[in-house]
Amino acid sequence: MSATAAPQILVEKVGKIFRSPEGDEIVALRDIDLAVSSGEFVCLLGPSGCGKSTLLNAIAGFSLPTSGRLVANGTEVAEPGPDRAMVFQEYALFPWMTVAKNVAFGLEIKGEPREAVARKVDGLLRLLNLSEFAGRFPKDLSGGMRQRVAIARVLALDAPVLLMDEPFGALDALTRKNLQDEVLRIWTEFGKTILFVTHGIEESIYLADRVVVMTYRPGTVKAVVSVVLPRPRDTASPEFNALKRRLTDLVMEEQRRHEEDEIRQVI
Amino acid sequence: MTAAGKRLGQALLVPLAVLALWEGLSRAGVINPLILPSPTKVALRWWSYLAPLGPYAPADGPYLKWLVSGELLQDAAASLYRVVSGFAIGGGLGLGLGLVMGVSSTAYRLLNPLVQILRPIPPIAYIPLAILWFGLGNPPAFFLISLGAFFPILLNTIAGVRNVDAIYVRAARNLGAKGPVLFRRVILPAAAPHILTGVRVGYGVSFIVVIVAEMIAVNSGLGYRILEAREFFWPDKILAGMITIGVIGLGIDTALNRLSNHLLRWHRSLETS
Repeated sequence: MSATAAPQILVEKVGKIFRSPEGDEIVALRDIDLAVSSGEFVCLLGPSGCGKSTLLNAIAGFSLPTSGRLVANGTEVAEPGPDRAMVFQEYALFPWMTVAKNVAFGLEIKGEPREAVARKVDGLLRLLNLSEFAGRFPKDLSGGMRQRVAIARVLALDAPVLLMDEPFGALDALTRKNLQDEVLRIWTEFGKTILFVTHGIEESIYLADRVVVMTYRPGTVKAVVSVVLPRPRDTASPEFNALKRRLTDLVMEEQRRHEEDEIRQVI
Repeated sequence: MTAAGKRLGQALLVPLAVLALWEGLSRAGVINPLILPSPTKVALRWWSYLAPLGPYAPADGPYLKWLVSGELLQDAAASLYRVVSGFAIGGGLGLGLGLVMGVSSTAYRLLNPLVQILRPIPPIAYIPLAILWFGLGNPPAFFLISLGAFFPILLNTIAGVRNVDAIYVRAARNLGAKGPVLFRRVILPAAAPHILTGVRVGYGVSFIVVIVAEMIAVNSGLGYRILEAREFFWPDKILAGMITIGVIGLGIDTALNRLSNHLLRWHRSLETS
């Protein structure tokens, strides 16, 4: 991909204002500028309340911004679409469908022929080591397994952009590590563009080409940090830890603002 | 003795003891048989109620027809016919309207006040109106039974659709679903646990109402028969009829339970069962 190619995701002067039930205006996002090129892996990092999920939801088309412009895959974002596939922290699998049916859902909506759907589902289940769970319902699966199904479900769509909203936030450390490697493998193999929301500093350095640090309310871009370490990244290396220290400082400044704000609200 | 056998034994212990006590007191002459006949007398009466009225005569038609010609089976069939028809009418309307009111907040705002006003009126209170409007026979019974099924199914369907977790709708829209497909493949199944609760409650009310309706508006069915038995001073037949009602009610409830468990086999709350 040449450097002059149009970005896969373009965020221009995006702002988002919510109105609280009491009628107060809450500025969730202000003047966000961000360009993600094709095949890039970008992490949005920040404390809770920094608007990183709000930005992701805006790009997904669930909740459009109140100002600015959002372009994804060459078209202005106006509604949710299968070109920007979302992986949720809560998995959001359909509990009434089997694992295979969940993965097939997007393909069936597209109206693909039955044999093609079955073949793709088979392949994806194999890719994510889920083949033996094809006939199970989500309730029978562990959190890590459910998130694998959710990943298979969005991969079925063949979307150029994957949006991941703290996908591993509810998982234990070992499962998380496993799935991080899985996502990197998929990213390399399929050349996806990934925008990944997290509050895990180490996670963001381990995964991303660039880490976008966001400020606490209103959410703005505080810093963009490039991670140029070769993959697979050694989390114990001095370079990794230098980055970790730098990002921790940046995030902790915002975390402190978040905590002060909470204390003010209590008083 | 196996664990299952032991549980069965425990389950039967108290009912059998009550039956034995009842039989003993009846035989000892402590209980007036006109007030409460003995269990054996009720059982015999139940048998003669069940059996065909006369011996089999090939000239009257096929054997099977003769076999089910007993009064009890005819009554049970009449009652079941009314419950099933009334339930289908009321349940169908309740489900349809419930889906509309669940999906459209305009429909909900317009119709909910009326629903809330009518909802607390027990179906039994409609009896005078039902007779005034529909006369006697099956039509008023259908009307009352469908009312019994209508409200529980309506209210549960509305609640089910309105409470569908937004995350499922988001995920489905993200995967490209919208309109009728979103409704059929996501909203409807997500609301199914509520709807099926409504079906079971609605069936329960219908089954109560059919007995009452038969005591008032028609001259067949189990409800009619036990009221008739009172006029003839046949307490054994009243009890035989009541037992039949209980057995049929239990049978249908068990069947609905099984059906519901099967349809909701994906549901989390069934994990341990």
